[in-house]
Amino acid sequence: MTMSKSRIALLVVIAAVVALPLIGSDFFISFLMTRVLILAIAAASIVFLFRYGGMTSLAQFLIFGVAGFMVGNAVAESGKGLKLGWGPWVAVVFALGIALIVALILGALASRTSGIYFLMLTLTYAVIGYYFFGQVTSLSGFGGITGIRPPPLFDEHPERLYYAAVGLSIVAYVGFKAIARTPFGLALQGTRDDPVRMASLGFNVPLHRTLAFVIAGFVTACAGILYIWWNGQIDPTSISIGPTLDLLIIAVIGGISYLEGAWVGALVYVLANNYLRNVPLLDQIGITEARFNTVIGLLVLLIMILSPEGIMGIVDRLGRGGRGAEPSVPSIAKVETG
Amino acid sequence: MNLASAAGSDTLTPARSRPELRRRLVLGLMVVPLLLVLAWVLFLANGTSAGPAIKEPGEFLVTLLDGITVAGLFFVVASGFTLIFGLMRTVNMAHGSLFAMAAYIGITIQQTMVGKTRNIEAADVSLAAWFVPLLVGAMVAAVIGIVIQQVLLRWNEGQELRQALITLAVAVILSDQMLAWFGGLATRMVWPGAVTHFFEIAGERYATSRLFMLGMAIVVGVGLWLWLGRTRMGMVIRAGVDDRDMVRALGINIMAVFAITFFVGAFLAGVGGIMGASFAGVAPGADGQWLLNSLVVVIIGGLGSLKGAVAGSLLFGLVVSFSPAYLPQEFTFYSIILTFVLLAVVLAVRPYGLFGKAAA
Repeated sequence: MTMSKSRIALLVVIAAVVALPLIGSDFFISFLMTRVLILAIAAASIVFLFRYGGMTSLAQFLIFGVAGFMVGNAVAESGKGLKLGWGPWVAVVFALGIALIVALILGALASRTSGIYFLMLTLTYAVIGYYFFGQVTSLSGFGGITGIRPPPLFDEHPERLYYAAVGLSIVAYVGFKAIARTPFGLALQGTRDDPVRMASLGFNVPLHRTLAFVIAGFVTACAGILYIWWNGQIDPTSISIGPTLDLLIIAVIGGISYLEGAWVGALVYVLANNYLRNVPLLDQIGITEARFNTVIGLLVLLIMILSPEGIMGIVDRLGRGGRGAEPSVPSIAKVETG
Repeated sequence: MNLASAAGSDTLTPARSRPELRRRLVLGLMVVPLLLVLAWVLFLANGTSAGPAIKEPGEFLVTLLDGITVAGLFFVVASGFTLIFGLMRTVNMAHGSLFAMAAYIGITIQQTMVGKTRNIEAADVSLAAWFVPLLVGAMVAAVIGIVIQQVLLRWNEGQELRQALITLAVAVILSDQMLAWFGGLATRMVWPGAVTHFFEIAGERYATSRLFMLGMAIVVGVGLWLWLGRTRMGMVIRAGVDDRDMVRALGINIMAVFAITFFVGAFLAGVGGIMGASFAGVAPGADGQWLLNSLVVVIIGGLGSLKGAVAGSLLFGLVVSFSPAYLPQEFTFYSIILTFVLLAVVLAVRPYGLFGKAAA
């Protein structure tokens, strides 16, 4: 079987990302690109839930944060939180376990709703989670947990953390695609397209949605662990409503129906955030770095008006040259009622 | 009077096996914790900041009034949200931004009318110096709302997610612009002097301004009820909720009805913004906070239902006021969890809220 164009493109991108530390500066790799990848993995879980399950989840960053906070609580020996003082790898298992339980509970509760209700419910989860970690001082408090060191493998080796994020990105991308082809994944897509028919065929629709939510939760929890290793600290503000919506915005910019879109969106978002001040003339019309959110908001507005499928949707359309069949992906414009 | 799309009784709940039996079982199971909570509040709540209601009836009454009055504020904000959703199925993520916008504008006008920018005493504030900012702030919110609807939402009717994301983008822009224009400090409106008194109730002092807030909410609620239930316009709206296409086919200009509904919904967000700014102040982040409050209310009560908004606000308000007062003092910071428990319990029984119905 000859390799398709998109597969070749994918391999080229992976090779470029792996080779990037050879040419990029330390700041570019360890600060920007690692952040891009971590956000992209979390955003990919949003895309997975939307594309295959028809669920628009805003709770992904909460689960991301739960994993981060649990690592912080487990490894810290002093400061805020539980101060368990465990080894870093035990902490990982612990954090993943807690995050999965949280994802299971939240997913089970939300699984009987869909569409716009799901969006609102998960947004509510996210904000309640923010206040939870803010108010429950035995776990964090508003000051957050600081001074977390990554395991010795990554300590003082930011480029290894970058490669870990690359590895996790590949696993998440390939894994999500693979899951979609399993019987479970096919049934999940069935519940997306017609829940009533799937239910009458004997499929347990809420169970499929819950399982998908847990799978997405696992991936985003892994990203959360990378995040606290990379950042060294986590506080409730980093999972508040702003960052939560930003993650959805990342998915939307890239194209919420395309798994690749998560990485594209994160790249655009982080680079815009960092290099906006370097764009000439922009500050003369009142757009400075401080008004980044206005720029991002306008970008999302523009995308939503002109091409709801985001950047990948445009690429996809150009790639097909206006010919060929419609893409077989769920479209924002087509999603109507739940 | 249910604004939600009435698709008969066949709500779209997959796996409807033995639903009646199961619902009774769940309801039965819910009564037990409810009784436990009641027993706790009445007799057992030693070591809480309020104390058992039997011993401290004043504290209990104050907590109850706190809950009901704050529910009034929740209702005013959420009613606009639910009105817009009920008719147009648009989830207006910018609802909190309209709230905050009206609040900031109201504060600016009040400061101009009173003639000072800080340390405004209630005695300085005449009724006009509160109601004029209310009207102007709410009108600005309503005008922004109608611009959003006409420019951004008119042509993509029915695409729920796209509309939610468009209003989300608007919310991001508005929130950033408000930060630029009004700064990052918390500010507040001041209640008019005429309603800022204290009175005695069962041995506790209680602020009249909170009752004033409840009164405003009742006026809004009754007004909405009369408008939707007794006027021709309200009849058209209710018909539109049930079947938009049929209303259109009867030759009624539903686009005009949409515009008016969005105007009123945004106006209510603005009224809530002025009340909220007088009650708790406004700061960056208030927009998200009040969007969340509206979401909680409508998720509990059911989207698109006025009755649901009343029930949701009351339940949410009571939980918000009772949980810090009646949790043991060393656990009061867990009160946020009780909001979540409330949501979870309601959703476990009725996935679309108490008075909500699945989208048709």
